[in-house]
Amino acid sequence: MAGAAGPGTGPGAAGGDGDDSLYPIAVLIDELRNEDVQLRLNSIKKLSTIALALGVERTRTELLPFLTDTIYDEDEVLLALAEQLGNFTGLVGGPDFAHCLLPPLESLATVEETVVRDKAVESLRQISQEHTSVALEAHFVPLVKRLASGDWFTSRTSACGLFSVCYPRASNAVKAEIRQHFRSLCSDDTPMVRRAAASKLGEFAKVLELDSVKSEIVPLFTNLASDEQDSVRLLAVEACVSIAQLLSQEDLEALVMPILRQAAEDKSWRVRYMVADKFSELQKAVGPKITQNDLIPAFQNLLKDCEAEVRAAAAHKVKELCENLPIEGRETIIMNQILPYIKELVSDTNQHVKSALASVIMGLSTILGKENTIEHLLPLFLAQLKDECPEVRLNIISNLDCVNEVIGIRQLSQSLLPAIVELAEDAKWRVRLAIIEYMPLLAGQLGVEFFDEKLNSLCMAWLVDHVYAIREAATNNLMKLVQKFGTEWAQNTIVPKVLVMANDPNYLHRMTTLFCINALSEACGQEITTKQMLPIVLKMAGDQVANVRFNVAKSLQKIGPILDTDALQEEVKPVLQKLGQDEDMDVKYFAQEAMSVVAQRLRKLDLPVKDSDEPSAPGADKNHFLRPRGPGEDAGKVSRDRAARVASEAAVEAAQLGVGTQPRSGPAYQLCVNPRETLAHLEIVGLVHFSQSRD
Amino acid sequence: MATLMATLQYIISTVEFNHSGELLATGDKGGRVVIFQQEQENKIQSHSRGEYNVYSTFQSHEPEFDYLKSLEIEEKINKIRWLPQKNAAQFLLSTNDKTIKLWKISERDKRPEGYNLKEEDGRYRDPTTVTTLRVPVFRPMDLMVEASPRRIFANAHTYHINSISINSDYETYLSADDLRINLWHLEITDRSFNIVDIKPANMEELTEVITAAEFHPNSCNTFVYSSSKGTIRLCDMRASALCDRHSKLFEEPEDPSNRSFFSEIISSISDVKFSHSGRYMMTRDYLSVKIWDLNMENRPVETYQVHEYLRSKLCSLYENDCIFDKFECCWNGSDSVVMTGSYNNFFRMFDRNTKRDITLEASRENNKPRTVLKPRKVCASGKRKKDEISVDSLDFNKKILHTAWHPKENIIAVATTNNLYIFQDKVN
Repeated sequence: MAGAAGPGTGPGAAGGDGDDSLYPIAVLIDELRNEDVQLRLNSIKKLSTIALALGVERTRTELLPFLTDTIYDEDEVLLALAEQLGNFTGLVGGPDFAHCLLPPLESLATVEETVVRDKAVESLRQISQEHTSVALEAHFVPLVKRLASGDWFTSRTSACGLFSVCYPRASNAVKAEIRQHFRSLCSDDTPMVRRAAASKLGEFAKVLELDSVKSEIVPLFTNLASDEQDSVRLLAVEACVSIAQLLSQEDLEALVMPILRQAAEDKSWRVRYMVADKFSELQKAVGPKITQNDLIPAFQNLLKDCEAEVRAAAAHKVKELCENLPIEGRETIIMNQILPYIKELVSDTNQHVKSALASVIMGLSTILGKENTIEHLLPLFLAQLKDECPEVRLNIISNLDCVNEVIGIRQLSQSLLPAIVELAEDAKWRVRLAIIEYMPLLAGQLGVEFFDEKLNSLCMAWLVDHVYAIREAATNNLMKLVQKFGTEWAQNTIVPKVLVMANDPNYLHRMTTLFCINALSEACGQEITTKQMLPIVLKMAGDQVANVRFNVAKSLQKIGPILDTDALQEEVKPVLQKLGQDEDMDVKYFAQEAMSVVAQRLRKLDLPVKDSDEPSAPGADKNHFLRPRGPGEDAGKVSRDRAARVASEAAVEAAQLGVGTQPRSGPAYQLCVNPRETLAHLEIVGLVHFSQSRD
Repeated sequence: MATLMATLQYIISTVEFNHSGELLATGDKGGRVVIFQQEQENKIQSHSRGEYNVYSTFQSHEPEFDYLKSLEIEEKINKIRWLPQKNAAQFLLSTNDKTIKLWKISERDKRPEGYNLKEEDGRYRDPTTVTTLRVPVFRPMDLMVEASPRRIFANAHTYHINSISINSDYETYLSADDLRINLWHLEITDRSFNIVDIKPANMEELTEVITAAEFHPNSCNTFVYSSSKGTIRLCDMRASALCDRHSKLFEEPEDPSNRSFFSEIISSISDVKFSHSGRYMMTRDYLSVKIWDLNMENRPVETYQVHEYLRSKLCSLYENDCIFDKFECCWNGSDSVVMTGSYNNFFRMFDRNTKRDITLEASRENNKPRTVLKPRKVCASGKRKKDEISVDSLDFNKKILHTAWHPKENIIAVATTNNLYIFQDKVN
């Protein structure tokens, strides 16, 4: 049983006389009120186990009353409880008894923490479906009314989310009451409740009869949309979308549009922001005719709003808006009514506005077609490619594919190149990182010739960047380029340059060669790997820096599967064996690890690796420098204590978990710096391993 | 009638009633918050309605050290603000110079009883005797009041926080330091929005600092902040996301006849408070209290002199640094009377309708419970009448900086250095 955790499996339970199964449950129940939050949480998560053991009767009469009073607990416990109770119907005796779950959820629906309340409401909604119609009116609806007329606004906000689930199944008399309650919450004194009501207005409207929507929801909507609180008015915009879907065009025009127009010109920028943010939804909800007459002019205003936040939100929606216009006449509308405003935004004073625009503007080219793109959009792209803000340029470059389909990238390449070069050499490494990510995409679109001519040198320069993250990204980039341009290209352009770095005086660059080989070997295939890369790797096994040597071992492990067995047997194995005898223990360690992998491939070979010496799984860390160590090894003065402590912690943990108490060789991690290497090469991501034997 | 409340060990640094007036919170220099509750049982007997008893005490802030700037961060509570009540628990925000915390104060009167594997006293049972499962049951217990920290809003202020104020939308609040004002959501601690920034690019060009800021009581988009130059700026958050440009500037032209070396120092505003109606605001500078109509920017509608007799003593007040004292001020529940503190444990009340004013003294010697306070008078110069106190004998170490007025009743809380006095209307 899932509940058989914790001390339950300890020796204490062994003496039981046939009631073994009770013991774990007894522990779980006791831990419901343990001082440790984690244990309480654990018990709450196994509430179904407890309920199952108690049976439906005792769950209803004892467990649920206890849970109802447990609302003083930590949020995470309450959250878990609220979630559990949503799936509890079966455990209290099925739908006939679903109402027994209401009291604990009712008290959870009044706590101050929003996440807990929301979860309680979600569970209540779930349970409402399991009520019979009779039970719904007898138990659920009274609960909703109680919450709706509660003293504290937490309960009233929770009530707002429950109307829509009980309304459809209620009798007409009750329906009228429910509507009445909803009405009063919409004009509640506290803005919290009005906000909750406004956000559920659309949902409630959907379950109402159309007549009631017009006679009741629309007036409520009108009131909320002119609320004195900005935070209420902006939620009415959201409700607008749902309500608009329910009404006919005439009603829409008469009842909703005046309010939407008012919202788009609201004095508060937050309301206008909301209109901009929800523009696509609104556009779909009101249909093409109203869009053309009303929304387009409103959108123009939003694009030239005095508040930058609003302009940025609107700029984000430009492409979606254009896409959703009816195809007929779309081009004219965009050209005459949207494009002039976009042109203004390209030279906006706010960089967020410009970068929002840059992230979507390229998408317009597919909509407008080749000629318009060349004539009207291209100048804008070019202007943005020269923008002073790197984010704007990046956004343009990252969306090049849209333009490529329409006009081909050649049109842009003259301006593109300086922009790319500038970003590639940006002082901020995050900017450099971002442009590297787009290199494969650019390469695909610019073609191999252009790439070789202009961009190849950049890609190679990144390999010796002084930030590790850039070097790492550059290595991955090479792999993707090879996938794109093929092995022949790799052999001619990339591989020689990478291999030359194996002789670099800086050991970090020598290691970069190894990382590149790791990444490229698979894409390049067996022949290049065996003939060109392997010799270099093997040669580096004699490097004077231990870090390079153990990376050789790792590389051999990595490229092992690509090599044929002859090479493995005759070239790799001797080198690994030699490294296995290295004076540095880390080199030894990784050599042995590589050996065991190689050995699996060469099943015939007998390897001197015993089971007990086999390294534990976490050893295969891709980022190097962090090396697992068993407590049995000679781990040096400083790290020994730590390793021992970690090991004993692991033992304690193992004991707690009820697994064997024998301490496994738990990994301890060591981060050291080799004092013999120049400090200038040190950086956060490239901590150098401390070679103990040279000390 | 007066009730001497309690002698607090530390200097009180803020006093604040909650929205119903049932609870009163004080913060002190030691980072503690003490909450008093209005006497419940005798509520029918009106004479004891001013009784407040300690309800909960907790350590809100601890001293810290900013290692990057090598600065100590005091634990002193600068401000406390109560949240509108949302459920059976009470919530308040407390702040020191850097960090704002949201506290929950809740009552508990039940506790669970019954274990399966041990007795109530903690002794373990023999597991073999466990043959049936027991579910714990809640039983009544003595009332326990718990204060638990719910949110910590940190790392948003470079300078010292002087004000916090909760918005009428119940979901946001502002915090102001010397140069910036930030807007927070009460449920989000990792993000705040800067709405005002008066820091000049070059700090040598700095001419004024923000001294206080407050949200309008019912218009959620409006807030004001006061400056050390004696101006108050009103900002409209609807107009723009950044409120660096004000929509109204309240400033009284300087009276040239009163101009002196100290003019600028004494015109610095130490507190600004909106009236409950939201129509007026009150500002306190060193010597006076001014009431402004929000619709009139060029001068206050009312000005009350708090201790005009100190004008001749400014030089010595400058020397002993008293001139930089930050007096606060408060409105009564119906906005008809305002109150503020002075020196020598005196505090002043001004009736806006009758234009009468009164000086009262909060002191342990003179005030036994239920005695009626006698009005005090300070004579500026010349002949001293009986019962008058000469300016020269005022004790400038005894100052009343923090006062609060019950939102509904005529009950006031007055903090002298480390005593809290609660006074109420005389009842017969």
